[in-house]
Amino acid sequence: MAKKILFVEDEAASQKSLGFTLSNTGYEVVSALDGETGLRLAKSEKPDLVLLDLILPKMDGFEVLEQLKSDPETKEIPIIILTNLERMDDVERALALGAKTYLTKSSYSLVEVVEKVKKALGDA
Amino acid sequence: MEKNKKWFSESTKPFGSCRSYNIPLYQCPQFLFLVMGVIIILAIILTYSLTIFKVGDPRVVSLIILVITAILLVLDYIIVNSFERVAEAAKMKTEFIGIVSHQLRSPLTNIKFSLEVLMSGELKNKIDDELEYMKILRENTQRMGDLINDLILVSRIETGEFPLNKLPLDLAEIVQGIVKKFKPFAEASNVDLNLKIQGNTPKVLADALWLEQIAKNLIDNAVRYIKGKGQVNIFIEHNEKEIFFKIEDTGVGIPEAEQRYIFKKFFRSKNAIRHQTEGSGLGLHIVKKLLEFFFFFIWFDSKEEKGTTFYFTLPVYRGEKIA
Repeated sequence: MAKKILFVEDEAASQKSLGFTLSNTGYEVVSALDGETGLRLAKSEKPDLVLLDLILPKMDGFEVLEQLKSDPETKEIPIIILTNLERMDDVERALALGAKTYLTKSSYSLVEVVEKVKKALGDA
Repeated sequence: MEKNKKWFSESTKPFGSCRSYNIPLYQCPQFLFLVMGVIIILAIILTYSLTIFKVGDPRVVSLIILVITAILLVLDYIIVNSFERVAEAAKMKTEFIGIVSHQLRSPLTNIKFSLEVLMSGELKNKIDDELEYMKILRENTQRMGDLINDLILVSRIETGEFPLNKLPLDLAEIVQGIVKKFKPFAEASNVDLNLKIQGNTPKVLADALWLEQIAKNLIDNAVRYIKGKGQVNIFIEHNEKEIFFKIEDTGVGIPEAEQRYIFKKFFRSKNAIRHQTEGSGLGLHIVKKLLEFFFFFIWFDSKEEKGTTFYFTLPVYRGEKIA
């Protein structure tokens, strides 16, 4: 069975391109366009991994991260941050909250993001 | 209770704004003001004790003290003021870099990722899918272009290099054109956009480009900041002297505490950011500056979660000579 990835990202264009590449690699992709939906889907869909943006409407990524990590049902799901925030304190804050990896969008290509996802899921 | 607590904690941090300016204490205007105050008091005491022994005449003593105090006060004002301006500029620069880098980076990422998909050769249902990605490229280059145009406009307004072409214009006609352009966007956002014109609007002496810009920014904001289904109503009315523009929306509203900042460059209210992460904080600033440029004013009413209404008036053109 294909592993399930929840992709929380408000830019529809990024959803489309990365979503396409991930499903092309063989993953099942579930999309959320805002933080609240992301949190809800993380609980109901039980994904194997969450790809999370930080700047999100309704609830920002830090809050989603915090809530996922404080809930026993979701705290084991690995979370990869994929964002445009490049400040040192943002990286430190996200990692302290329990994110597995922090990737900035400008430094990674789609293929490289997929490589990181594979590695986090033990598929590499 | 919550409110009182907040006020209290802010008032106990006298140099809090320096932290937001991100400058050391010795450059902080508030701190300098305090230091200068102490220096003035010391100088007065010193002058008093020196003159009282050397001069003797109390009237002369008080005059000398008065003159010295006045000079020190003026100096104080100049120094603190110039530091304040430097600090403000430094803060603006940080905000500018933050907003611009994010607002440019998001579309840039979209372009980068789309190009990667297009060039990977993995699109199966070729032409349709390719076209979709081309559309993303077009939309996102447009987004970057819009931001740059806004920045250039702001800088032109600031330096006064704003090209002006004043002509007698029909505000109703201009707004009608903009509303027509916005209809599909409003419909896509589930917003009912209406324009009500009190017949035969008299002409106004203005620049078509800036009138369009003002109407465009206000309508765009009104539609953009509505959660789900909503309504935007625009009214254009007039009397003998003035043309009256009003735009009301059922959007997220502006929190009371943030209302005084909304015309500030780069400012975006917290609930606006929460609702819509994209935005430069320049739209309303441009509207206000453009109107001010011609000595016209804008005002608004807003209730959080209920909506906002903006108003402005323009004088009726009565055939005065065009300068």
